[in-house]
Amino acid sequence: MNAPDERPILEARGLTRRFGGLVAVDNFSFSVREGAIHGLIGPNGAGKTTTFNVISGFYAPTAGQVFFRGLDISGRKTSTLAAMGLVRTFQGSTLFQEFSALDNVRVGRHLGARARFLSRLLGTDRSSEREADAKALATLAFFGLEELADEPVSNLPHGHQRMLGMAVALAAEPRVMLLDEPFTGMNPEETRRMMALVRRIRDRGVTVMLVEHDMQAVMNLCDIITVMNFGALLVEGVPEVVRNDPAVIEAYLGSATANGANDAA
Amino acid sequence: MPGTGTGKLVRRIAWQLRLVFLFAVLAVLPYLLSYSQQEIAVLLVINVLLVSSYRLLTLTGEWSLGHVVIMGVGAYASALLAKRLGVSVPVSLLLGGGIAAATAAVLSFPLFRMKGFYFLIGSFAAGEIIRLIWKRFTEPFGGPKGLKRIDAFPDIDIGFLSIDFFEPVNYYFLALVVVSASLFVLYRIERSRIGLTFHAIHWQDRLAESVGIDTFRYRTLAFVIASFFAGIAGGLYAHYVGAVNPTRFGVDQMVYVLVWAIVGGTATFHGPILGVVVLTVINEIVLRALGLDTARPLIYGAILILSVLYLPNGLESLAPRVRERVRRWRSGPAATGEGAG
Ligand SMILES: Nc1ncnc2c1ncn2[C@@H]1O[C@H](COP(=O)(O)OP(=O)(O)O)[C@@H](O)[C@H]1O
Ligand SMILES: [Mg+2]
Repeated sequence: MNAPDERPILEARGLTRRFGGLVAVDNFSFSVREGAIHGLIGPNGAGKTTTFNVISGFYAPTAGQVFFRGLDISGRKTSTLAAMGLVRTFQGSTLFQEFSALDNVRVGRHLGARARFLSRLLGTDRSSEREADAKALATLAFFGLEELADEPVSNLPHGHQRMLGMAVALAAEPRVMLLDEPFTGMNPEETRRMMALVRRIRDRGVTVMLVEHDMQAVMNLCDIITVMNFGALLVEGVPEVVRNDPAVIEAYLGSATANGANDAA
Repeated sequence: MPGTGTGKLVRRIAWQLRLVFLFAVLAVLPYLLSYSQQEIAVLLVINVLLVSSYRLLTLTGEWSLGHVVIMGVGAYASALLAKRLGVSVPVSLLLGGGIAAATAAVLSFPLFRMKGFYFLIGSFAAGEIIRLIWKRFTEPFGGPKGLKRIDAFPDIDIGFLSIDFFEPVNYYFLALVVVSASLFVLYRIERSRIGLTFHAIHWQDRLAESVGIDTFRYRTLAFVIASFFAGIAGGLYAHYVGAVNPTRFGVDQMVYVLVWAIVGGTATFHGPILGVVVLTVINEIVLRALGLDTARPLIYGAILILSVLYLPNGLESLAPRVRERVRRWRSGPAATGEGAG
């Protein structure tokens, strides 16, 4: 395992996002170490997905900044951020449902398979496309999905769809991956496999930040955990500290959904 | 495996043979037609390019109501370049396509802030503004009467060979060459990664954006390419008919394009082509023979409703069904024959 770097690769300072009168993210700050698996947890509606949406450029922040590798990236376009190495996955099965599994990952190779318009027309992009296809297949194989390459996504079971979502993101060769609830809807066996995959992704040099409700998985997997509540920072620390923090227990007991989350764990 | 080497080769040869057969039919076709039918065939070839270029835009999931106006931009531009600046017609045709494409590039800034229904309405508004400009400014657009006596394609006369493009047959072949080349380009684009990217944006633009696809740029690209070829279709029209006016590129014409595309089906490359060919044949041969051709809007409306109700995936979806029927019919009697034997 590579020694964690002290320099934060991703950082939020005073991040705020309002929807009309509702403050979904409220003066929220955190920093993610390069090479870490960083958990972001909190009761339902705490603002985790909104935080991901702001970091990944889907929403502009109402106030505050996001820094990626030392650069202020607040408000930049999602596709620009992806090109810089910041790629997110989605809650639920957000995939190109009408495509085969392989074509999904081929789209994920967009940034790595550049060619001029004319060479696309003339077919002289063939060598770079063949390379892209090979890399897409290798990415599928990484997730153990190579057998299903030609399968239409809509035929895949939920667990495989979740993995494919990660494969599409990984195909973009990110430096930081934001995973929104990667284990939701998975059975314990699938969750275990997925956790191993997240570790392997990190070992390939990708920093991972993940939102997850499965507490056992979060506690086992993450190097550090940020807890948010009502859009704001509640506690941050290593799993042992967060697990026993009275404020965290209080926040989870105070919300109905936390019981579900604890039951699942 | 369906992708074995020989299987691929056989399918490729079969495909090429079909293409050769198609071109052979297209080559003898005009000689089987009357003069007025030849004129219709020219317009049909032009409309094939119009509706095929429209389909490229729909790959990204956006449906425009301004495509026929963009065709008009190409028509006006090519006509004016030839009439006013003396640009030779084949060159003006290409420039007309370029101006149509540039118009689309400019329009994409306001239009692609919107999606779906709003894009549809926005494209309609943009088209109406362009038509108003043609109507309002007599100089250089000719006002409501439009442009007349537009230069024809120059005759080719090199001693042993002389081609007069005033003849519908000759213009038919000219249009056929231009349109075939354009369709080839459109097909290549769709089959390349660009086509895959267009489809990806259609089905899940948030995911596409998150892996680095600049969805705005790609939507613009689709719009610009589609508009370039619509502009070429417009130029082909202008230099054939010799006159253009704002009414010719009105919303009723746009509705025809929509009906061709929807009735044919937009899921495949050939769907919209099938749509325009079948509907033109119905319109020009069947309806004309019955003396019903003035009822065209009514009948098109009825065909549209029927096809949406009973053939939601368009005429193109009939082909596999027919093939399946034939296969079953063939294997059916054979099987019973064996049983009897
Ligand atoms: N696009 C939006 N418009 C209005 N309110 C939103 C929007 N997105 C999220 N919210 C609200 O922001 C709050 C935080 O939501 P979210 O970030 O999805 O929470 P979490 O992912 O932690 O469950 C919720 O109250 C939610 O209703
Ligand atoms: Mg969420």
